[in-house]
Amino acid sequence: MKILVPVKRVVDYNIKPRVKADGSGVETAGVKMSMNPFDEIAVEEAVRLREKGAASEVVVVSIGVQQAQDTLRTAMAMGADRAILVLTDESPEPLAVAKVLKTLVEKEGPSLVVLGKQAIDDDMNATGQMLAGLLGWGQGTFASKVDVVDGRVNVSREIDGGTEQVSLALPAIITADLRLNEPRYASLPNIMKAKKKPLETIPAADLGVDMAPRLTIVSVAEPAERKAGIKVGSAAELVEKLRNEAKVI
Amino acid sequence: MSEPVRESMEFDVVIVGGGPAGLAAAIRLRQLSPQTSVCLIEKGSEIGAHILSGAVIEPRALAELLPDWRERGAPLNTPVTAEDMLYLTETGSIRVPMLDKVMPHMANHGNYIVSLGEVCRWLAVQAEELGVEIYPGFAGSEVLIERNRVVGVATGDMGVGRDGKPGPNYQPGMELRGRYTLFAEGCRGSLTKQVMAHYDLRKGVDPQTYGLGIKEVWEIPAENHRPGLVQHSFGWPLDDKTYGGAWLYHFGENLVSYGFVVGLDYANTWLSPFEEMQRVKLHPAFRHHLEGGRRISYGARALSEGGLQSVPRLTFPGGALIGDSAGFLNVPKIKGTHTSMKSGMLAAEAVVEAIKTDRVEPGSFTQKVRQSWLWQELRTARNIRPAFARFGAMGGAVYAGLDAMLLRGRAPWTLHFKHQDNETLRPADLCTKPFYPKPDGKLTFDRLSSVFLSATNHEEDQPVHLRLKNPSLWKTVNWDVFHAPEARYCPAGVYEVADEQTAPHLQINAQNCVHCKTCDIKDPTQNIDWTTPEGGGGPNYPAGM
Ligand SMILES: Cc1cc2nc3c(=O)[nH]c(=O)nc-3n(C[C@H](O)[C@H](O)[C@H](O)COP(=O)(O)OP(=O)(O)OC[C@H]3O[C@@H](n4cnc5c(N)ncnc54)[C@H](O)[C@@H]3O)c2cc1C
Ligand SMILES: Cc1cc2nc3c(=O)[nH]c(=O)nc-3n(C[C@H](O)[C@H](O)[C@H](O)COP(=O)(O)OP(=O)(O)OC[C@H]3O[C@@H](n4cnc5c(N)ncnc54)[C@H](O)[C@@H]3O)c2cc1C
Ligand code: SF4
Repeated sequence: MKILVPVKRVVDYNIKPRVKADGSGVETAGVKMSMNPFDEIAVEEAVRLREKGAASEVVVVSIGVQQAQDTLRTAMAMGADRAILVLTDESPEPLAVAKVLKTLVEKEGPSLVVLGKQAIDDDMNATGQMLAGLLGWGQGTFASKVDVVDGRVNVSREIDGGTEQVSLALPAIITADLRLNEPRYASLPNIMKAKKKPLETIPAADLGVDMAPRLTIVSVAEPAERKAGIKVGSAAELVEKLRNEAKVI
Repeated sequence: MSEPVRESMEFDVVIVGGGPAGLAAAIRLRQLSPQTSVCLIEKGSEIGAHILSGAVIEPRALAELLPDWRERGAPLNTPVTAEDMLYLTETGSIRVPMLDKVMPHMANHGNYIVSLGEVCRWLAVQAEELGVEIYPGFAGSEVLIERNRVVGVATGDMGVGRDGKPGPNYQPGMELRGRYTLFAEGCRGSLTKQVMAHYDLRKGVDPQTYGLGIKEVWEIPAENHRPGLVQHSFGWPLDDKTYGGAWLYHFGENLVSYGFVVGLDYANTWLSPFEEMQRVKLHPAFRHHLEGGRRISYGARALSEGGLQSVPRLTFPGGALIGDSAGFLNVPKIKGTHTSMKSGMLAAEAVVEAIKTDRVEPGSFTQKVRQSWLWQELRTARNIRPAFARFGAMGGAVYAGLDAMLLRGRAPWTLHFKHQDNETLRPADLCTKPFYPKPDGKLTFDRLSSVFLSATNHEEDQPVHLRLKNPSLWKTVNWDVFHAPEARYCPAGVYEVADEQTAPHLQINAQNCVHCKTCDIKDPTQNIDWTTPEGGGGPNYPAGM
């Protein structure tokens, strides 16, 4: 069984994103980028499935700029076997990504695609679902536990107020939630070895997919700044202030 | 648990640290000898993540290393076009006239205002194109010495819990073995310190003296931006005995680099470099540059200020010290980028010679340094910083002027540093407390909101990387005598005194550490040992820093 894991290069989660002075988007020039944290979880899960013998090969794919190679190398250092970079200068929308992934699924023939539940840059939470729709496959989104048994995959889903168990026929789509696993470090020896693993680059144009954007960004703004707090001396004073200054009670 | 086996890998040359010195050495090595394998590690999560500098740089060494740097798109985009040196009083300022004559070392024509982090990222691309293997996110945590020869370094273990025990994600470190190892850790390198001690490299030289630089990057309205403008100040708010001053550079796209350096030989235990840097922004000579702008980044880093007198022996069996690890900073110029790069390039030449002749020590490095412009430059500058230490700010400035105009740096004498920076603090009850205004949230800020902008992050569950060699000394020395100077000099609020009224003790918020190394330098008994945390931890300085 082959597993395909799409990984996205995003602004590192430690960085406080800064809106560009002209409000056209978030500053990414010279900003540290790394693998979307949920995608690390997806890679980890796929590698564990292979280590358990439930899968034979883990292929990672990224759709993006040349530097997304670094993200793919990280995934291979974590244990993925090989990588595909679909090269494009644009930052494609979820639908375009899903369409590209569909052509790769047709080419590679995986039984399972494990994605992150969402990318922390646009927070769309859409790609996995769209891909399932395009392929007509079953989907287990927000996965916190995954088991492959007898040609099916059992997924625990994080839903409001608890978890839901679903059992999917393969091939299927899974999107990883935070609690699925704790991804391993890419160790230095493995990073060195990952340099020698195969990485194939395909220009996006060669896939013949319509990647034209459907969405328009009107403006991007920083959240309003919080006002400084004050210390109150007593509960009575707090009540007084809530009533007369904040006018909330 | 038995020691897990560390993997190891062999290279011709291992370089510790991806700053200007390490990267220049790596590039030069591959230029001179394309078959030499070169591995460079960097503790920051990426190249540039831990680089903090002014920075006005002289392109001299860069032009020698990569003569076509312009065509290759080096990010040197803002030439210096105007410059002022101001002597500040509390409310006014006096412009030093004829700057290029009185303080020729401060004249900056032909230089560029840059983000040194960006320059390093660009240098790393050049190095990788030449075949250098670069591994960011890995700290050298141990020097490997066998039969008295340095044979490489080991990276730290990952995934060790706070209690020192391996956690579920434990990964042992790796040995990077090199025929030669170059230490390019910058100011106060943690491995450099061990190598210096092991080979007694500081024998017969002056103690190293340091400064702490604290920096902010601002984005200001386009109509106020004057790209190429360089402004330095001395005088207020420091007293005459304390060395230091502010810088302010307009560069890039509406960016301003603002910062403040304090000589770490300061005596007043109440002094807070962070608050000094904050309040200078309120001075009329600085305020109008920043008003209406927003602060986008923050960080801090120590720099070596000893100059020539404090340069240690440079080589040892199996390697050499380069860049600010060795203290190659031109202090009156506050420039160390070009000298660091030059030292890296010369070390590369020496290593290539040593490989050819199979010599244990790349000894020709020392001679190459002494014959180069780098040595000339440091020689000319050698008396200025000690003159400030001896005669104070005004006396030092007068000396500097005389030195430049009459002696042209060729004085027949050399002034020396007598004390280590940790020996200069005076007891709390003998010092007066400076008055520091409360932050206004517009121009001035507190420590914590500042550290937030450095995007500092450390894996929380790991051993504390700031170690007290003798924990009981904190109460009897740091608290009883000096009233916890670390709570004031640490620019990241790592050291906090808890239960001050009842049972004062030190709380170490190690995850905030921006790796400036000040505590390792200034602690009165040098009781604080800065060690490398898990690789990838520390600040994540963005473009512009
Ligand atoms: C990579 C990553 C991506 C994530 N993405 C998502 C996501 O897409 N969607 C999602 O739902 N979660 C996501 N999370 C989780 C999410 O970041 C936080 O867990 C979640 O925002 C916590 O929200 P909170 O309001 O409970 O707590 P906080 O964010 O801590 O906010 C708490 C609020 O309450 C106040 N407060 C805190 N403590 C107290 C107290 N003791 N008393 C009074 N007031 C208090 C604070 O001032 C603040 O206003 C993600 C986490 C990670 C690591
Ligand atoms: C506030 C300030 C202002 C300055 N202004 C200027 C200026 O305007 N012009 C100028 O020319 N110079 C300036 N300098 C000096 C200049 O920045 C330094 O001289 C120069 O950066 C030194 O280069 P380096 O490569 O030796 O060390 P660094 O630039 O310090 O680089 C060392 C690198 O090694 C890494 N490292 C350290 N230890 C380890 C380890 N154990 N394992 C792995 N990696 C490690 C560090 O993370 C860092 O990336 C300034 C310095 C400061 C602090
Ligand atoms: S703990 Fe030490 S090295 Fe870290 S930021 Fe504070 S003074 Fe600097």
